[in-house]
Amino acid sequence: MPILEGKGVTKYFGGLAAVSKVDFHVDQGEIVGLIGPNGAGKTTLFNLISAALPLTSGEIKFKGQKLNGLKPHQICRMGIARTFQQTKVFPNMPVFQNALVGAFFGSQNRMTAGDASRVASEALEFVGLSAMSAAPARDLTLVNQKRVELARALATKPELLLLDELMAGLNPAEVSEAMELVKKIRDRGITIFIVEHVMKAIMGICERIMVLHHGEKIAEGTCNEIACDKKVIEIYLGEETRAGS
Amino acid sequence: MDISKFTSKKFLLSAGFALAILIFLASFPIYSSNSEVGVLTTILMYVILTVSWVMFSGSTGYMSLAVAGFFGLGMYAAAFLYPRTGPLLPLPVVVIVGGLVSLVFGLIIGLVTLRLKGMYFAIFTFGFSVLLYYLFLFYELQIRGVRGLRLTSITNQTAYYIVVVVLVLTLLAAYLIRRSRFGLALQSIGENEDAAAHMGVNTTTMKVISFAISAFFIGATGAALAPKWQYVDFTVAFNMLYSFMPVLMAIFGGMRELYGPVIGAAIFAYAERALRLRFPYQYMLSFGIALILIIIYLPGA
Repeated sequence: MPILEGKGVTKYFGGLAAVSKVDFHVDQGEIVGLIGPNGAGKTTLFNLISAALPLTSGEIKFKGQKLNGLKPHQICRMGIARTFQQTKVFPNMPVFQNALVGAFFGSQNRMTAGDASRVASEALEFVGLSAMSAAPARDLTLVNQKRVELARALATKPELLLLDELMAGLNPAEVSEAMELVKKIRDRGITIFIVEHVMKAIMGICERIMVLHHGEKIAEGTCNEIACDKKVIEIYLGEETRAGS
Repeated sequence: MDISKFTSKKFLLSAGFALAILIFLASFPIYSSNSEVGVLTTILMYVILTVSWVMFSGSTGYMSLAVAGFFGLGMYAAAFLYPRTGPLLPLPVVVIVGGLVSLVFGLIIGLVTLRLKGMYFAIFTFGFSVLLYYLFLFYELQIRGVRGLRLTSITNQTAYYIVVVVLVLTLLAAYLIRRSRFGLALQSIGENEDAAAHMGVNTTTMKVISFAISAFFIGATGAALAPKWQYVDFTVAFNMLYSFMPVLMAIFGGMRELYGPVIGAAIFAYAERALRLRFPYQYMLSFGIALILIIIYLPGA
């Protein structure tokens, strides 16, 4: 049963179709990858799901409930959390406070102060940041700032997590760690929809992949199907990847 | 919250310090002249305006220039309810009504404008203060035909004590907001509003409420001071200095801790007065230079 479902999702910026009539679904417990060249509309699609941008037409449903017209904070409280391509931590707040914001405001039920700080420290421990919880978020490295975003999102107790280029800018060792982390999150029963350029990571963790190009969905399938798809190779992957895979 | 926070040395120290200041403020009129009480009232007025301004603008990062507007609304509320011909309501009630009038305007202005970001919000709130100035100018000169309203006067001492009470309430509110989840939400908005919204913070509601609370204390201060000055007209009430001074004082004192704007406003207001008395012509000049030096060498104060 799909936890997230989009029908004819379309977004115009002026005359330009950033996302055009895309149908998609994400099933409960899946890790679904979203790939495509730069400017294909991947982040725009995430912004439509999380209500950072209003839809031009089409509809998106979460657990059967229409999301059209809701505000970002309502989407979050329904159980959809996200991270950002350009990290958006709260720079002058301690790492712990970053996670606390998610726990206090993002979860479906109102928490007491004690519960919220327990949830926040659990989330920080899960991503491996307990030792830095008192440091201001701006002092952390890129990889750790991404972890802060992850902890903050987890503290909202989501059912669906949208990860926007979690691994961009990380070195190979950090990518492997991040992959393990994403799998661990899924094992907690959280469904994951992930935008990524790091193909090793996408192929390693996703059960299903969608490919966007110029705002349109051009392919969808398992990792193998996508890696062999002629159109995808031509537009995005290139010959080398096929040779390598 | 764990109990150790309340028994820690730092907490006891600051609580003791606050108590000492409160005793000083409460006993000040007993051993001081009438004019000294007047001077301290003005200083405390600026402390309230600055702390109220920081309550909203300091945390959310939205620069409000509406202080003059809210202050003037409070003064006019007092002028209508506490006229020369005899008070219609007791003074404390007048002060609360003055605050509530500003609060209601704060809610309306907030709902209309807090979708605007950055510079546009600052310009709109500036426009709000200027609009009120011209509305009351129009009302007095065209409709009523008489400029200004006279009030039943109160003594310097009475005004002083009311201002002290408003100050204590303002500081208490600012302190509690800072420590609450509401304060955390406001701070997250100032840090990154997009991220805050996606973490479940209802940014519009939070901004509007804090804007209105800050307006309440500013309006109450205006209502408390109007009877002391005995006269209100549009130039007295909607003086744009009331909008700009809190901004300067907050920058001067720093906004990270609660005591920053308090100290900033107190020193700034006192220095302004001292300099103006001694060097009536050069004081603004020396003031400007001092301010520039502070901003360059002590950013964040």
